[in-house]
Amino acid sequence: MELNVSGKKAYAYTAGRALESNRPTVVFVHGAANDHSAFLLQSRYFAYHGYNALALDLPGHGRSEGPSLGTVGEMGDWIAAVLDAASIERAALVGHSMGSLAALECAARHPARARALALIGTAWPMSVGDALLEAAREDRHAAFDMVNVWGHSGAAQVGGNTVPGMWMTGAYLRLLERSKPQVFHTDLKACKDYSDGPASAAKVSCPALFILGSRDVMTPPRNAKTLQSAIAGARTIMLDGAGHSLMAERPDAVLEALIAFLE
Amino acid sequence: MSQPKYLRFDTLSLHAGQQPDPQFGARATPIYQTTSYVFKDADQAASLFNMERAGHVYSRISNPTNAVLEERIAALEGGVGAIAAASGQAAMHLAIATLMGAGSHIVASHSLYGGSHNLLAYTLPRFGVETTFVSSRDLDAWRGAIRPNTRLLFGETLGNPGLDVLDVPGVAQIAHAAKLPLLVDATFTTPYLMRPFDLGADLLFHSATKFLSGHGIVIGGLLVDSGRFDWDASGKFPTLTEPYAGFHGMDFTEESTVAAFLLRARREGLRDFGACMSPTTAFYILQGIETLPLRMARHVENTRKVVEFLSQQAAVEAIGYPELPSHPDHVLARKLLPRGCGAVFSFSLKGGRPAGRRFIESLRVFSHLANVGDAKSLVIHPATTTHFRMDDAALAAAGIGPGTVRLSIGLEDPDDLVEDLDRALRASQKA
Repeated sequence: MELNVSGKKAYAYTAGRALESNRPTVVFVHGAANDHSAFLLQSRYFAYHGYNALALDLPGHGRSEGPSLGTVGEMGDWIAAVLDAASIERAALVGHSMGSLAALECAARHPARARALALIGTAWPMSVGDALLEAAREDRHAAFDMVNVWGHSGAAQVGGNTVPGMWMTGAYLRLLERSKPQVFHTDLKACKDYSDGPASAAKVSCPALFILGSRDVMTPPRNAKTLQSAIAGARTIMLDGAGHSLMAERPDAVLEALIAFLE
Repeated sequence: MSQPKYLRFDTLSLHAGQQPDPQFGARATPIYQTTSYVFKDADQAASLFNMERAGHVYSRISNPTNAVLEERIAALEGGVGAIAAASGQAAMHLAIATLMGAGSHIVASHSLYGGSHNLLAYTLPRFGVETTFVSSRDLDAWRGAIRPNTRLLFGETLGNPGLDVLDVPGVAQIAHAAKLPLLVDATFTTPYLMRPFDLGADLLFHSATKFLSGHGIVIGGLLVDSGRFDWDASGKFPTLTEPYAGFHGMDFTEESTVAAFLLRARREGLRDFGACMSPTTAFYILQGIETLPLRMARHVENTRKVVEFLSQQAAVEAIGYPELPSHPDHVLARKLLPRGCGAVFSFSLKGGRPAGRRFIESLRVFSHLANVGDAKSLVIHPATTTHFRMDDAALAAAGIGPGTVRLSIGLEDPDDLVEDLDRALRASQKA
């Protein structure tokens, strides 16, 4: 569905279903240079199981009007503005990678809007290497190759996709290639510059869940500890052997974790 | 952090798409010879049907053995995914039926496999899809044949039978300027010799019966999507960009940013047309692909030796192999096919149809049959077999002379092949 957020067109995948005011809502927020399709399976499940599901395209990504937002804080505020535009009071926020930081900021800045918070493949600080940042700044394809290889476990790079017939790293590369010039750099820089993680995590008052991959080299599980310890009562599910692309590598495990958490 | 490295072609040929069997640790891909899959519970069943979870429901739509093959060819081609079909023809039909309906139009190369030509020229018009055929070498003709209702440009990477080298970058540019995709039949080249997506093609299919298998024991097709074509931006493909009543009003490009085509092809095309691949066939094709790099290198090496021999024979009028400077696409071939121009080619024999018949019947190592891409060397004389209904004028229009012989060079000792051809050439010239 299309929404008007602060005068700009914003897109949210709802699995083709209209929002209903009496249903709980789950908002899914993708990572750098991604779009709503990163959460396709999980959001579709919730949309057909009693929820309003909104898998967002962040500004400048996918079908949402640009420009992309330069800070994680702006992304957090934008998510709240999406809820306003959709007339949704509260929602469970589910974010992956950069999207997890955006969801965290939304929950910290707008605590009344967050019913629950799920952080997938997250870390703080979310460090970005100079080589990657520079390649993205120059819009070189090497930037996509780096995150495509580092963003999947070794096993996922061989294959065995749960989605029949889909070559995971091939599809991910094409998704990255669809991002508009400079969007990837803007996203990566926002991640690198994000300094409010511990302070924002301490403000989170809703239930929180971390879903991490034991083989994630982009956001290694050890780098999630600061956030984990800052959010009171947060739970963690570690997916053994999974890399950073958790929703693609382990779609059912991520879904089961979210079902158990949100229901 | 070290520099990122993708797995390379030879490694992907052996491994892509398969994890060792989690239950027993089987290293080879198991043949999941099953029609259906037990659901864990009612909710899982419903969510699988509604695409809320990924997995297998019924083997016409997907199968674990087929899925390994689909991933493997997608990996080798640099695509986003693939669909295994009952044959190359089924894969081609699946592509067309997914993209268009009655009232649509295709621009296709003249130089096509006879089965593809039949589908486009005679069968699809009955369903309201017309095709304009153009010379594969004439870019202006490709451009000029595009109409408002054109939905696809189509050619073979190496055309049948004259081995026209398709200018994939040139034709792709024309297609994209018209907001249309380019589909190529990559059977003769395989991803070892050419990766059409790297050159601009959007979709491709293989008759996996041929070089991908190599053993000549199964019929199969593979349809691969590059994931690059922007169906929304084109605005010409309502099957992918508008709600589909046949699946809960699904809008496929909304559902999948990079694999809308494959999603519709599987969810509608395999479901409704049903031209799926047997899992046992998929297993056999996987065995072939494991050695694809080794075989293709040897195919090309043997072919070069045979071509060199034939080029010195008085009984041979002409050889249509793009590595020869005499071939009209020699320069293009050097650019697009640096690893070689495959192992299927035609040559003209002096003496017309009678000489062709004598030549064929004198061969001992070459098998006389209607196939190509086998590990064994093959031969056919089009004027007396596949194109026997045509008179000499019609044959000429198709690029076939009365003395044209088509060879598919296999993996035998090249000296045996040369000696076999030498004997048959001598026999062919005896009155």
